[in-house]
Amino acid sequence: MTKISTGAWVEIEQIVLKPEERAPSLPPETKAVPYVMRVSGFLAESAELGQEVTIHTLIGRELRGTLRVANPSYNHSFGETVPELLTIGTEAENF
Amino acid sequence: MTMHDTSYAAVMARKNAIMKQSLGIDYDDYIQSPIAFDYERMMAETSYTMDDIRRIQRETKVGDTPLFELRNLTAAVRRISEPGKGATILLKDEAANASGSFKARRAAISAYQALIKGYRGMIAATSGNYGAAVASQAAQRGLKSIIVQEVFDSRGVGQPEIVEKGRKCEAYGAEVIKLSVGPELFYMLLRTLEETGFFNASLYTPFGIRGVESLGYEIAEQVRARYGKDPDAVVITHAGGGNLTGTARGLLQAGCTESRIVACSVDLSGLHMASDRDFNRKAFTTGHTGFGVPFATWPDRVDVPRNAARSLRYMDEYQLVSQGEVFYITELLTKIEGIERGPAGNTSLTAAVTLARQMDEDQIVVVQETEYTGAGKHHNSQLAFARANGIEVRRGNPVDNVPGKAIVIPEHLAQVQGRVQDLDKLRRSYLKNAAERLPIAEWTDSDFEFLAADIKKDGEWVRNQGVA
Ligand SMILES: Cc1ncc(COP(=O)(O)O)c(C=O)c1O
Repeated sequence: MTKISTGAWVEIEQIVLKPEERAPSLPPETKAVPYVMRVSGFLAESAELGQEVTIHTLIGRELRGTLRVANPSYNHSFGETVPELLTIGTEAENF
Repeated sequence: MTMHDTSYAAVMARKNAIMKQSLGIDYDDYIQSPIAFDYERMMAETSYTMDDIRRIQRETKVGDTPLFELRNLTAAVRRISEPGKGATILLKDEAANASGSFKARRAAISAYQALIKGYRGMIAATSGNYGAAVASQAAQRGLKSIIVQEVFDSRGVGQPEIVEKGRKCEAYGAEVIKLSVGPELFYMLLRTLEETGFFNASLYTPFGIRGVESLGYEIAEQVRARYGKDPDAVVITHAGGGNLTGTARGLLQAGCTESRIVACSVDLSGLHMASDRDFNRKAFTTGHTGFGVPFATWPDRVDVPRNAARSLRYMDEYQLVSQGEVFYITELLTKIEGIERGPAGNTSLTAAVTLARQMDEDQIVVVQETEYTGAGKHHNSQLAFARANGIEVRRGNPVDNVPGKAIVIPEHLAQVQGRVQDLDKLRRSYLKNAAERLPIAEWTDSDFEFLAADIKKDGEWVRNQGVA
């Protein structure tokens, strides 16, 4: 596995609460899974995915967790066209 | 740094101490009983005047947003209304605030307060827009910011709108703590406040709510200047209640005592807010009944000891709209008014169409906000995501909408009808919640007085309810 270099922008994951440590009175499907946190930051020391690492967040805070993603990115979009919307407000609908 | 027990129970038990240190407000000073507190004194002792608020907001690109007349939509509504009906629809373009929503008004005062009290940074737990607002205001005031946000379900999936809101917080330089589904968001907030000593930029402090007052005040000024009268109705997208509370208070301060205050939420009844499964079955991330109803019927369920956002104190009417209706109106706004705007403002716009149709032609209904739109935070993104997750999306009669199962987009404007929620029922539900905090037998005259004011009724009405 390739090492991710010191200073790279990465995302870590941490289990904040195990299912049995979670808040009382949750719906069963929520209670069954851990409470998980993900945070992005700069990698303090080069490491491989899955290792325990330290990051420095954008405000310089130090956080620890499992290295999950190198160069985390935003890929959200406008989504696949929903044709039902297209004719709203047009002549086709007699507007 | 001192080491603390960070278990759920231990952190929650330190709640009051953490709050006091992170806010600089001693709520004990205002609390009169398990129910009542001196709300007006708490608001007044923020010690900002309306002029102060507007000056502070102008410094950081907040406020003075345009008010548009939606001429084509008004004309379209008149075409489907009875003769003489069809009020003029106005839209306050709050997307023009730094960070793209009215939430900047709240964050602006919190950031200013954090700065003058010497905090190095501020933290907020939020569904998103407010996070972007806090990050943007913090950036302008030279403060650090941390946003605690519920983002993904146990599969690691977040709906496009939530992901976009997280991106925006990070874009302004915030540290974004992205969390899986659950009410433990509050626990994480407390932990992070304790670890950092930052200011608690809660959505529900008096500073935040007073920041929204300028929105109501500007509406009064702008409508009077252009139309020579007060607005007849102001429609307000409602979730946690700060938008409605602040706007209504601002209108009252400007002397608009006759304007009808109409709340509006997207109807998501049947979906559970703390459910890992339902999380991604909602096509709206705020402005829906999952927040709107519980917050109206018991405001003190938040991250501060007493909530400054108290919607039933100001609400005259509560309209519900379906997801499909809002998507229809969003598309219509784009096509016939030539502006693209995000979901929350379009929620109240949808209710405004219903109201305008019932109101007289010479009346004015104001939609008091818009929000920004873009990749992820867009009706096409949300609908495409819903469809990919097995939710039926089709054109038809919106009465066939089923939250979490079917989104039915109207075929004609005339099908946009919404529905009215029974306000007295909500008020009774509020009283029941109060009775759970303190048995009715122990309510004093001052509790009755507080409760009556808090639901916009008189003491007599409260005493005559089955619950009291
Ligand atoms: C743009 C926008 N409008 C309206 C609302 C609803 O405001 P409130 O939670 O104060 O009722 C929100 C809150 O999440 C929002 O982000």
